[in-house]
Amino acid sequence: MNDALVSEYDLVVVGGGTAGPMAAIKAKERNPALRVLLLDKAHVKRSGAISMGMDGLNNAVIPGHATPEQYTKEITIANDGIVNQAAVYAYARNSFATIEQLDRWGVRFERDETGDYAVKKVHHMGAYVLPMPEGHDVKKVLYRQLKRARVAITNRIVATRLLQGDDGAISGVMGFDCRTAAFHVIRAKAVVLACGAAGRLGLPASGYLMGTYENPTNAGDGYAMAYHAGAELANLECFQINPLIKDYNGPACAYVTGPLGGFTANSRGQRFIECDYWSGQMMWEFWQELQGGNGPVFLKLDHLAEETIQTIETILHSNERPSRGEFHAGRGTDYRRDMVEMHISEIGFCSGHSASGVWVNERAETSVQGLYSAGDMAAVPHNYMLGAFTYGWFAGENAADYIAGRSLAAIDGAQVEREQARVFAPLLRENGLAPSQVEYKLRRFVNDYLQPPKVTRKMEIGLERFDAIRDDLEQLHATSAHELMRAAEVSVIRDCAEMAARASLFRTESRWGLYHYRVDHPQRNDADWFCHAHLKKDDAGRMTSFKRAVEPYIVPIDSQERSAYDRLRVAGAEQPVPA
Amino acid sequence: MTFTFRETTQRSAAPVTVDHDKCIADKGCTVCVDVCPLDLLAIDPDTGKAYMKFDECWYCMPCAKDCPTGAVRVEIPYLLR
Ligand SMILES: Cc1cc2nc3c(=O)[nH]c(=O)nc-3n(C[C@H](O)[C@H](O)[C@H](O)COP(=O)(O)OP(=O)(O)OC[C@H]3O[C@@H](n4cnc5c(N)ncnc54)[C@H](O)[C@@H]3O)c2cc1C
Ligand code: SF4
Ligand code: SF4
Repeated sequence: MNDALVSEYDLVVVGGGTAGPMAAIKAKERNPALRVLLLDKAHVKRSGAISMGMDGLNNAVIPGHATPEQYTKEITIANDGIVNQAAVYAYARNSFATIEQLDRWGVRFERDETGDYAVKKVHHMGAYVLPMPEGHDVKKVLYRQLKRARVAITNRIVATRLLQGDDGAISGVMGFDCRTAAFHVIRAKAVVLACGAAGRLGLPASGYLMGTYENPTNAGDGYAMAYHAGAELANLECFQINPLIKDYNGPACAYVTGPLGGFTANSRGQRFIECDYWSGQMMWEFWQELQGGNGPVFLKLDHLAEETIQTIETILHSNERPSRGEFHAGRGTDYRRDMVEMHISEIGFCSGHSASGVWVNERAETSVQGLYSAGDMAAVPHNYMLGAFTYGWFAGENAADYIAGRSLAAIDGAQVEREQARVFAPLLRENGLAPSQVEYKLRRFVNDYLQPPKVTRKMEIGLERFDAIRDDLEQLHATSAHELMRAAEVSVIRDCAEMAARASLFRTESRWGLYHYRVDHPQRNDADWFCHAHLKKDDAGRMTSFKRAVEPYIVPIDSQERSAYDRLRVAGAEQPVPA
Repeated sequence: MTFTFRETTQRSAAPVTVDHDKCIADKGCTVCVDVCPLDLLAIDPDTGKAYMKFDECWYCMPCAKDCPTGAVRVEIPYLLR
């Protein structure tokens, strides 16, 4: 434990993006005496998916517009039945309380003339989208509340592994400073992981490492830390794949433009999907269109009135991904005249958008004692930003209760020394492989072997390649603390790649549209696979997969509704069939 | 035989540039350096101005938005332009 900086808290929240700040604030509110630390690899002021704000709530369950039961039903169907309804329902029931909390803190949502929330219908069945045309202030609002609640904040620390006591319960977290490379051991009675999606798994079609859909700080660190602590991960084969602006790789924002008359179109300017809400089935139709003679796919706005286009530009070019206007200008794309070319994203893990995450129950507890998780990395399907806030809230409160009466566990010096040696090796080598090169190759293999359509033999070869990259990790050379961060991320991405391959091989059926389309098992097989597929590190240290029954439904789904998301293609927009 | 291991670098044009006339880093400002989620910016000790040290930009723009003097320009990285 040479040179390790040791500190002590009651609760450490790792990741200060969306779910993390909420968890820290709510833990403090529950018990103001707690010493709560919010740790981030970036700077909490501007970190995570919402660093520049957000265009809207994708899943608001607001009385008068939707009910928790209806929402639970919609997500169950959109996710092909494989959900723990208790977890989705817990979100839905608290969704409105979270909105009211954010509203009281000063986050602005769109309202109609009567002062009611201006909810829009984007999903297939219900209405859950609430625009935030002035959504650029979310992080500022959160930061103010963090200060008010007296949450301690440490920025620029990359968490790398959790500490566990003799009983396996979480006893802290380790990491290093990405500017000074100082090693930190932070003791705690519980940890909340809120490290976002695994956003650097696939390589974007542009080939640019950081041109990802997700904020690239989220390399999958949370997934890897949870895995190595023995936590169960759920349905990882249900990849995140999104329809995006080609090359720019940001959302085209059919949710923003849809209610104003914009839509996703094929090259003839025709609508081919009934509903722009992102689901595996929607991505399936999108992919079909890209592959077929009607591609590529576009966002169509050129039929809208000047006034509407100006509104759209104001929203899309100032919030969320504000460099979008510059991108369009550079290519001479004008919404008035041109459709915006779209493509599909690289693969990733994200429960915020699909269903791949660290398993949690409706209390945000993982399967490891003292470890909580919330946000994109926690497996509550389609949870998005509001789900991240809501589960952050659950995690903070429940962790605060769990901590009561517990004391700090002794630190195991051997665990710390092992981790220090592992993390610092690239800095100590005199020469070797550049992290960016290894990352490029690793992520290209992810594309080559794991991107749907998934093929068994290809995924098996992928596993061999990922094994070889494990050897390459032993040759990484970092020339600075900054590059050491990138080296640590490569190891995280490699772990996620192996998880993605093994989870995909385990489920020998197709499900969730494009997300888990297996060419050699092309049908959905409810008889054998109407279940969760979990993955964990077993006692011998091997990556292992197993089935878990789907929990009994709270909200029953009748057989007619069950297939609602299978009927997304617009009648008459059939694919051309070869003669 | 004495093969010697060599590392080489790959050049790239930084998509984020700073207007030296406007940057007040020499008066103690470090805002853009503080907020960049990927930690790509630094103050050049020679010029006393901010600059992009690593080309790993997500073109997300907190650096430009939060700069008190409007000195930061974010262009789309060349590979995506
Ligand atoms: C471009 C884009 C547009 C979106 N649009 C919408 C929308 O319009 N509406 C909607 O509802 N949802 C939207 N979402 C989804 C929503 O933003 C996310 O679901 C939500 O913000 C996730 O919150 P989180 O806390 O899980 O992750 P984040 O907010 O990303 O936070 C993760 C944090 O963990 C930190 N971190 C990661 N690894 C480490 C580590 N090793 N050590 C320390 N810290 C670490 C990161 O720096 C970051 O601060 C969008 C997402 C993206 C990417
Ligand atoms: S924020 Fe602006 S003024 Fe401050 S250091 Fe950066 S470029 Fe210079
Ligand atoms: S655009 Fe974003 S990633 Fe690029 S330098 Fe600015 S803050 Fe950093």
